[in-house]
Amino acid sequence: MATVETADTAVAEEGGVRRRDFINIAAVSFAGAGAVATVFPLVNQMNPSADVLALSSIEVDISAIETGQAIKTSWRKQPIFIRNLTEAEIAEANAVDAAGLRDPESLADRTTPGKENWLITLGVCTHLGCVPLGAAQGEIKGEFGGYFCPCHGSHYDTAARIRKGPAPTNLVVPEHEFLSDTVVKIG
Amino acid sequence: MSFPWAKEYTPTTDLGQWMDKQLPLPRFIYNSVGAGYPAPRNLNYMWNFGSLAGLFLVVQIVTGIILAMHYAANANIAFDSVEHIMRDVNSGWMIRYAHANGASFFFIAIYLHIGRGLFYGSYKAPREMLWLLGVVIYLLAMATAFMGYVLPWGQMSFWGAKVITGLFEAIPLVGKPIQELLLGGFAPDNAALNRFFSLHYLLPFVIAGVVIMHIWALHIPGSNNPTGVDVKGPQDTVPFHPYYTAKDGWTIGLALIFFTALMFFLPNALGHADNYIPANPLSTPAHIVPEWYFWPWYAILRAFTFDFLFIPAKLLGVLAMFSAILVWFFLPWLDKSPVRSGNFRPKFKIFFGILVIDVLILGYCGGAPAEEPFVMISQLAAAYYFAHFLIILPLLSRMEKPEPLPNSITESVTGKPLNTAS
Repeated sequence: MATVETADTAVAEEGGVRRRDFINIAAVSFAGAGAVATVFPLVNQMNPSADVLALSSIEVDISAIETGQAIKTSWRKQPIFIRNLTEAEIAEANAVDAAGLRDPESLADRTTPGKENWLITLGVCTHLGCVPLGAAQGEIKGEFGGYFCPCHGSHYDTAARIRKGPAPTNLVVPEHEFLSDTVVKIG
Repeated sequence: MSFPWAKEYTPTTDLGQWMDKQLPLPRFIYNSVGAGYPAPRNLNYMWNFGSLAGLFLVVQIVTGIILAMHYAANANIAFDSVEHIMRDVNSGWMIRYAHANGASFFFIAIYLHIGRGLFYGSYKAPREMLWLLGVVIYLLAMATAFMGYVLPWGQMSFWGAKVITGLFEAIPLVGKPIQELLLGGFAPDNAALNRFFSLHYLLPFVIAGVVIMHIWALHIPGSNNPTGVDVKGPQDTVPFHPYYTAKDGWTIGLALIFFTALMFFLPNALGHADNYIPANPLSTPAHIVPEWYFWPWYAILRAFTFDFLFIPAKLLGVLAMFSAILVWFFLPWLDKSPVRSGNFRPKFKIFFGILVIDVLILGYCGGAPAEEPFVMISQLAAAYYFAHFLIILPLLSRMEKPEPLPNSITESVTGKPLNTAS
């Protein structure tokens, strides 16, 4: 075999390690680091893009929602229920001992102080992601007078807490703040 | 296995041995680009562009698949979806620029690779099939690049599609129906855009398949080398790994430096500004020009401004443009000289140099507007191009007296005769 190994590169130094072993490891490490750095943007491109993130907060005018009514709106391509609770519904929610529930939360935990009548939740059943009934006029509200998801029979109460059926947790309350008495910012 | 002294793949681990029995993929890789492939010891840097063409094909496929995740192949929103990639998608600008400039680098690599083959007689026996497959790869790459250029649906995209499909109209009798069949309409529109997107996604994988056959066909006779002399013994070769893997790695690093420099600092230098104008079927850009890598063929197309006998100029231009590449298919039988390498063919060397200059002139004319003196220069240069392949090469192989060849690769490198006893 014709090789170009000269005496000084082939010579084993202390511990049988050659100069060339170091060069090999250094070169492969350098290439590996480059490959990892290249992979990052190639994977990161699959994360939500700027136009998707731009839709991550909305402002809703709630002045037209009468007591006892609810509206559906859309936030991050998902339905949002905004409900103006009646005194009776608030009382009904507060009458329940939260500690005994599957997902223990009180109505106060789920609303803004001083605006307990405004129940703002994602309209996405926590079981498998269907849209529960109960927000629109005339829809079935389930056994607990809140929301009812007919797909697999999850019943939510007037505070949108899971009370019966397969859903594991209460309807999610998104981050929101009241910019004024009539405008709420979600997200 | 190209030579009997090639190192045998011997897996040392249990897993390796099990794998070798079930699916000898590691063996295949070892024999293709590992120590199991003995390559001539005297390959120069012109032999590095094959691996670079392969690298840029991979870059194009990876970035292309990513772009397809965000691109919308619909005439109403295609242009905007490209802007969405440029502005909204994380690193989208970088991925698109990598794809746009990667095409140029792929063609740079492939042109140097073809030029190497032309000079060193790599198309001659016993490597004709290797060469033919290479020409097929080039034709597929042309089709792919053209269809990819249409996708952003800018002005150049649209008019490029119109002009190139218009070439088929030149075919007598059936031209018009063929053009309408290709476009799925009377002008480029949604139907054409959708099929171009589909085919632009498909063809690179076809290219990759032909590349595998190309490498397969290479490994049967083994690599050619700058002397053109056959390998005569173990001393004439070195194992591909580590020698040529390291050498290829070095030029890959170098190429990536140039590539990223262009991508980050001059991303639009090779493009045409008109393609940032959305497609408008009612207004043609002043100069319709293809990307730089098609300029020589575009010049040949435009060189035919006159009717010849009963053939109209338009058809002549189309025939000439396609013939300019199809003539490569016949090259192994046009150049009859028994000497492979241009190094030992003094007259061939001169004519090869003239051909390179000729193609560069054609390239310049193809990028220039279709006016004098460029039309005249294109005509002369196109005539010389065909003369080189059809007249000069066949005559040279009969008339030229080649210089004496070295007895072996080893002798040409070391000056000492090959020791055949070892």
